[in-house]
Amino acid sequence: MKKQRTLSHGLILGAFCLGFGVVLAYSDHITVDDIATRAMEDRLNSLAQVIPSGIHDNNLVEDAISMKNERDMEITVYRATKEGKVTGLAYEIFGVGYAGKMKLMLGIDAQGKILGVRVLAHKETPGLGDKMEVKKGDWILRFDGLSLENTPLEKWKVKKDGGQFDQFTGATITPRGIINAIRSGLQLFEANKAKMTDMNAPKAEMKKEGH
Amino acid sequence: MAAQYKTIVKDGLWENNGVFAMLLGLCPAMAMTGTATNALGMGLATAAVMAASSMLVGLFRSYITQEVRIPVFILVVASMVTLVDLFMNAWLHELYKVLGMFIPLIVSNCLPLARLEAFAGKNSALPSLADGLFMGLGFTFALTLIGAVREIVGSGTLFADASLLFGPAFKFMEMRLLPEDTGILMMILPPGGFLTLGLLVVGKRMLDVRAGKAIQMGGAHSAA
Repeated sequence: MKKQRTLSHGLILGAFCLGFGVVLAYSDHITVDDIATRAMEDRLNSLAQVIPSGIHDNNLVEDAISMKNERDMEITVYRATKEGKVTGLAYEIFGVGYAGKMKLMLGIDAQGKILGVRVLAHKETPGLGDKMEVKKGDWILRFDGLSLENTPLEKWKVKKDGGQFDQFTGATITPRGIINAIRSGLQLFEANKAKMTDMNAPKAEMKKEGH
Repeated sequence: MAAQYKTIVKDGLWENNGVFAMLLGLCPAMAMTGTATNALGMGLATAAVMAASSMLVGLFRSYITQEVRIPVFILVVASMVTLVDLFMNAWLHELYKVLGMFIPLIVSNCLPLARLEAFAGKNSALPSLADGLFMGLGFTFALTLIGAVREIVGSGTLFADASLLFGPAFKFMEMRLLPEDTGILMMILPPGGFLTLGLLVVGKRMLDVRAGKAIQMGGAHSAA
């Protein structure tokens, strides 16, 4: 008797699992394409903020390569080309802020001049350290047009440290981290220019999720 | 019948409020209430999951035996959360970008599970749906209140960025009540969450005492 009851409980639980499993599998099936499209749109949108659409006629994601950055991390380099010539590059750079790692996207032209920088992910204090988000302030736009050529290496610091960039009210560590990230991002390009602009290099495998 | 629904509504929104009376679901109530906008979004997503899972459990309650009810309840809540996550990602993508990271957290909220155990497992589908919905709305109310207090005191704004979350039509909700840079930073950091919740729980009990009601004792048992 007892054994039979245990069996029936198992069957009930199994039936519920099966039922919900089918529902979830079907839902996944009907949403998977839309979700992949949205992820691609998101990626192209965030790239469009750092690479103006006027300078390229290719799909940035299709012409991406992957390489190792200065800290031996695998990064994806998105490349803008016009008539087969590289006109711009965009890749992720990393900085350390007040509350851990910050992820940014850096866009530069083929001469290493900044086209745009955007913060992709961070854990800085809301209302204090998050003024580097473009929707909360124009601080991050001040880097547009700068390069290692027109701004000497020792000037890539906040004013407090003797550089040329304003910190924002109440936060110095966040801007310091961002400026360091941008500077090493530009140095990465300087050191690997030939490799990063080589259009014959093998293309990066694109995963469905963009991380 | 109507009286039963009236009790359900009153219980969910005030008398037996998930956060202020039962002190359940405190993890999102602390973590997601830095701004009233985030709190409102988290609350609404939770309310949707609670309404759907309560209704399902109410519907299937005669098949769910006592011994396997807990795993089945967890299965129901987790499935509903996954569905909301998938559908929002595919079809309400703008909202998903803001709320997306909060949604999986609903699984770890013990309020839905407590209501399934205390109410939906013993009642039919419609009252269960009402209970899940109004408990969820009560949760939304509590979170939004905590978020509003913290946001006003901490950053001097109310419903900042509501238009990013709900669309440009909600721009009117965004208010600045105090001049910039006057907020008390601690209020939007974790200690502010505990402080605000404590004060609001005291406030609710004082109102109840003034109204001559017996104080609702905290804890999941009062839910049963």
